[in-house]
Amino acid sequence: MKHVDEHRDPDRARSLVREIERAALQIPASVARPIHLMEVCGGHTHSIFRFGLEGMLPPALELVHGPGCPVCVLPMGRVDDALAIAAQPGVIFATFGDAMRVPGSRRSLLQAKADGLDIRIVYSPLDALALARRHPEREVVFFALGFETTMPPTALTILAARREGVGNFSVFCNHITIVPTLQAILDSPRLHLAGFLGPGHVATIIGTAPFEVVARRYGRPLVVAGFEPVDILQAIWMLVRQLAEGRAEIENQYARVVAPAGNAAALAAIGQVYELRELFEWRGLGSIPRSGVRIRAELAAFDAERRFAVPNAQVADPAACQCGEVLTGALKPSQCRAFGTACTPETPIGALMVSSEGACAATYRYGARLPVIA
Amino acid sequence: MSRALRTVSGRTVTLAHGGGGKAMKDLVDDVFVREFGGGGGGGAPGAPLEDQARLPLAAFAARGDRLAFTTDSFVVDPLFFPGGDIGTLAVCGTINDLAVGGAVPLYLSCAVIIEEGVEIDLLRRVARSMASAARAAEVQIVTGDTKVVPRGACDKLYVTTAGIGAIRPGVALGVHRAAPGDAVLVNGWLGDHGAAILAARGDLLLETALASDCAPLHGLVAALLAAAPGTRCLRDATRGGLATVLNEIADASRVGIAIDEARTPVRAEVFGLCELLGLDPLYLAGEGSLVAVVPAAESAAALAALRAHPLGAHAAAIGSITDGPAGRVVMQTALGGQRIVDMLVGEQLPRIC
Repeated sequence: MKHVDEHRDPDRARSLVREIERAALQIPASVARPIHLMEVCGGHTHSIFRFGLEGMLPPALELVHGPGCPVCVLPMGRVDDALAIAAQPGVIFATFGDAMRVPGSRRSLLQAKADGLDIRIVYSPLDALALARRHPEREVVFFALGFETTMPPTALTILAARREGVGNFSVFCNHITIVPTLQAILDSPRLHLAGFLGPGHVATIIGTAPFEVVARRYGRPLVVAGFEPVDILQAIWMLVRQLAEGRAEIENQYARVVAPAGNAAALAAIGQVYELRELFEWRGLGSIPRSGVRIRAELAAFDAERRFAVPNAQVADPAACQCGEVLTGALKPSQCRAFGTACTPETPIGALMVSSEGACAATYRYGARLPVIA
Repeated sequence: MSRALRTVSGRTVTLAHGGGGKAMKDLVDDVFVREFGGGGGGGAPGAPLEDQARLPLAAFAARGDRLAFTTDSFVVDPLFFPGGDIGTLAVCGTINDLAVGGAVPLYLSCAVIIEEGVEIDLLRRVARSMASAARAAEVQIVTGDTKVVPRGACDKLYVTTAGIGAIRPGVALGVHRAAPGDAVLVNGWLGDHGAAILAARGDLLLETALASDCAPLHGLVAALLAAAPGTRCLRDATRGGLATVLNEIADASRVGIAIDEARTPVRAEVFGLCELLGLDPLYLAGEGSLVAVVPAAESAAALAALRAHPLGAHAAAIGSITDGPAGRVVMQTALGGQRIVDMLVGEQLPRIC
């Protein structure tokens, strides 16, 4: 546990908070108050709430919880498509656990499992491939979700299936890519974000270079950050220091893991297996060009969208839901009209309320809930 | 009057063993009566069997002035795991539900639902560990039931136990009794059972030394109540873990609770497994995990009594009852931040007990 402890050292955290306070005082008045910093990645959101980091920061700084939770940005239509695949005869539908409760237009995977569909929770795409080997008479479909972080394991699993000639395994690909989505947020006319904590796991794969556009075109600083509390505080300090000095650069706090050029082997696997889609729909954000990938035509045999009749359901986000405004930082979770009333972790309307990495679920569970009358 | 015990033939359970006829009598005699004793209350195994246990009221009157009665079903997967099996769990779980009411547990029932095809040796192992757990806890298994269902209608074996005990005069524990200023104590490591089950399932291909903490808590509770007679309430932190218990107390007592992460005992292995899987140890089940709310004035004596008992060696005072917002549990993180500890939504791990 030594490895983790040094990044959770309370003394180190306290001294970073003091440094952040000091640097924040130097930020010029031209930067609007409160100063909004967005953590893009759901893993950061989870750590921030879990360790109570928000309350340690000076009041001039506010964290905005961004779109980097893949489960949260999955539109209802894709859940409906997943259920349509799972309902086909002979299918075993394998998914990560956190997708189970995401609402589709009529039901979630969890409800569909209770209704009798064969939906199983796996911990890795390789577990799904193992299911396919164990059940050669069935069709095993893996529900692939996630940013660049989870693209390589899915890709390597598909390549392993091809190598071994496993004919009853395919992937329902919902992998998405973060940079176009960041740009969509930066293009928003109501943008009020002063800087970004960059996603450390994604950057492990793609490196830091793809984030340059944030500084170059939009003039905002971005610091790639790790996930331990001291990592996050240090990255916030680096962001605040850039703002104080009037810089907008891409910096790497997570250099112990992230190489500037990323991971060549992982990028090669991604290039071999996927190609960009013209458009991919995000819950709350709408369709974003070149923000999702599909499986290349030469691997069509492993592409569930080609193997099965998929309805390609287009479902509008629920009217009560303000997920989009929360995702772009225009609203805090507690300012959404459905938060804590119609939309709770027990009865989620928006997916932000489902995943433990979702800004709304995290706020509801760990943070400022609707005021309780004492 | 005594009779010879019947013996069961064959290697696996068939539907005939649940049919009420000769095969069922063979199975009940050879597996359950042999281990638990017969005659409705730990009598000689060959004592005649009735349709009910007949219990002497004097046994209760000698120990208390009220009865405590509880029941629990066990569907744990896998049936055998480091630190115990479904049998020890079924005995300890029900004993603990009695114990945290301040009751001396006396008698248990045991009903089993068996899937056709289960090996009789497996049943024997479970019955044997139930008998030995009951013996160690000085309770008797006095009545039971056996059902067999077709293959696929249940998963191998489910066990239901009910338990009855006597509450000592003067003991008045209640989940609504926590008051601002009271101390919150735990008897030791949290979440061992949940972590051990998860590791034992083998899906994760992890090698760990984790074992369930499954243990009967009534001896520990008796020592605690002797040292801290003003104890407000006790709960065992099973499904939903410490977080769920604290929320129940905060809600029922209309108080706030503040705990300190740095003082909350979680084994490094359990913590590591949680980190790996994105679980929170505060929500992991223990099966020998006691949470106590005691008046501040008795806190030191209570802690000393817990630590003097083998099941309380790692006991800790982890926080206090506050006049903060009613129903809200707040944790001071080890890092110096604060967070709300809410009720679990949905299920962190299915079939843990």
